Amino acid sequence: MSERLGIVVSGSLTKGMEVKLDSSASIEDMAVGRFVTIEGAKRRFFGMISEVSLGMTDQRLALTPPDVADPFIAEVLAGTSTFGTLHVSPTLVIGGDAASLLEGPQPVKTVPSHFSVVNLASERDVELVFGSEDAKRFFIGNPLDMETKLCLDLEEFVKRSNGIFGKSGTGKTFLTRILLIGMLQKSQAVNLVFDMHNEYGWEGSSEKGTKVKGLKQLFPSRVAVFTLDEENSRHRQVITDFAVKIGYDEIEPADISLLRQTLNLTEQATEAVYRLRQRFGKDWLSQTLETREPEETRTLLDELDIHESTFQNLRRGLATIQRLPFIEPKPPTNAVKAILEHLDRGTNVVLEFGRYRDITAYILVANMLSRRIYAQYQERMEKAMAEDTTRPTPLVITIEEAHKFLNPEVASQTIFSTIAREMRKYNVTLLVIDQRPSGIDSEVMSQMGTKITCLLDNERDIDSVLAGVSGRNELKSVLSKLAAKRQALVFGHAVPMPVAFQPREYGSAESYRGFTASGKTGTKEDIEKLWE
Amino acid sequence: MAEKERVGEVIEASTTTLTAQCYELYEIPPLGSLVKTGDSSAELYAIVYNAATTSLEPGRRPIARGKDETSEEAIYRSSPQLAKLLRSEFGAVVVGHKEGDRLYHHLPPQPARIHSFVYQCPPAEVREFGQSFDFLNILLNAGLPVPAEELVSAALRQMSRAHKDPRAFLVAAGKELAILLSGNLNQLKAILGRIKQ
Repeated sequence: MSERLGIVVSGSLTKGMEVKLDSSASIEDMAVGRFVTIEGAKRRFFGMISEVSLGMTDQRLALTPPDVADPFIAEVLAGTSTFGTLHVSPTLVIGGDAASLLEGPQPVKTVPSHFSVVNLASERDVELVFGSEDAKRFFIGNPLDMETKLCLDLEEFVKRSNGIFGKSGTGKTFLTRILLIGMLQKSQAVNLVFDMHNEYGWEGSSEKGTKVKGLKQLFPSRVAVFTLDEENSRHRQVITDFAVKIGYDEIEPADISLLRQTLNLTEQATEAVYRLRQRFGKDWLSQTLETREPEETRTLLDELDIHESTFQNLRRGLATIQRLPFIEPKPPTNAVKAILEHLDRGTNVVLEFGRYRDITAYILVANMLSRRIYAQYQERMEKAMAEDTTRPTPLVITIEEAHKFLNPEVASQTIFSTIAREMRKYNVTLLVIDQRPSGIDSEVMSQMGTKITCLLDNERDIDSVLAGVSGRNELKSVLSKLAAKRQALVFGHAVPMPVAFQPREYGSAESYRGFTASGKTGTKEDIEKLWE
Repeated sequence: MAEKERVGEVIEASTTTLTAQCYELYEIPPLGSLVKTGDSSAELYAIVYNAATTSLEPGRRPIARGKDETSEEAIYRSSPQLAKLLRSEFGAVVVGHKEGDRLYHHLPPQPARIHSFVYQCPPAEVREFGQSFDFLNILLNAGLPVPAEELVSAALRQMSRAHKDPRAFLVAAGKELAILLSGNLNQLKAILGRIKQ
């Protein structure tokens, strides 16, 4: 059941096709982002509407408009002298040639011939392109104005670093929750989530103020909640698995240079840190903060060639870190070890920050833990490759406010840009959540496999998200027309073509059942397969 | 064939037009109506574009006779010879032909023959002919003494009467005209203004 829209009248492979609407198709029913099929003589093309415009055969009609108050004249002119045109960018070939029949949709390399018929894509066509829910694919939402399920191949998704972008309040957090559930159910990867606003672990809240369940409530056996702020977690009645404490000796000079801006340190101060580390070894932080006799301090500074004011500046900055309650001189537990143990068991870890939502704590903790976990992974991976044994479980690290870690100034110092660039070499990838993608280093952005973006309205943000994507002008018009809530555009590695979609519902009792059920049927099917 | 209304006889014919004389004075088919002529093997369809009532002899002009009469009918009553001295004739532009069962919306290979009878087409035949709007192009480009917009609109109004849904027919015809006249907006507007209901 396909609905005829019109015919192809002109176009090119790079610029897309111009389609003249039939008089029976109302231009007001068209929408940017909808899917169409073009029935070429030999192939079927699949594409998306990227522009809707009005045309007329004679420009004089615009100068002396006819009397359209008369319904007869309006009806006659609609679709003939005045007509609608669509701009369609064909992206895939579905069926028609042998390759697409055998291997599914193929990228387009040619264009349909003149006057090929353009139809609205049927549910079946969309399913052919985006696949249906199965062991690897996870239902993330519906393409705009369609009932068909849009499924993301999560096996492919986790193989690369990915990004979720959008202005604040556009539904990034909900989208992330859905994806985290998807990864938990459909991929082999485990997640480590640095949960700055305590939204993913136990429960979060919607914009309307209602509570929504977090991962731990839905999948208690597969998710562990770690916290930096036990008291706050208790207060919120969250069952936590581990209270993270960080020792002075775990803080490295690289962490301090990353915090240079937030701690208001001078360039010299960050350099001094490296000298202090060299001088005192692992114990450098407590040594620096230790109160000494003025004479003793002077000798030390002279010896290390550090200026007095630089040292004071550094001490003030370090005192801010020291005041963080989860930083202890000698913590009784080892957070990194605990996290790794959980990850090894296939348990996803959500680290809540409790009340310590300021960016200093977040950057410090996320960077420090990730660096050490990554180092472990690197070691294990190299060992596994050398000895040809099982490789460590793929790990996805989720970070928020990513532009603070990945901006061009500090990107080279954080572990995250290394992870983003080296990608899956060591089985660790990133899930970056951010509202200012323009702040992220372009090199890191270019390495992201799949990008999902909600509404963005800053020109620079849009440009940075769409950089390097083919047909970016078309996507730009789709992106800027997304609704402010619950609509997103996904493009990149895990989807065959860019698609605007409405994320599936999250928050109602029914939606929770949907999420938990889809995981269970998987196991059930697996068991049935064993008996076959 | 018997129920077909015979309206006249061809007295002049060319490939594109024919002129027929009416059997009765003033019994002229309306402007724009579809007429046909020829035998069952080859029928010609034409649309009435012009009509005239003149004196039988070109040099003898009628004179005014009604000075003492009370009405127009009274003139004809008191001078019954008038009906024989005057004649009505009409011109029609050839728009198609039928060979066997097939209807063609283009000019016939041969013009009509002199003295062949001219019939007014019944509604069913008008509907059949109106399934294609190719004749509009012939009408628009015929270069006749009557303005093309008048002729086209009259023909469409006449044809629409044979249809159950005259409006739908006129809208479809209007769309065809909009394509044909995409370069001549004023003519299109003039025709649409004349056929709108």
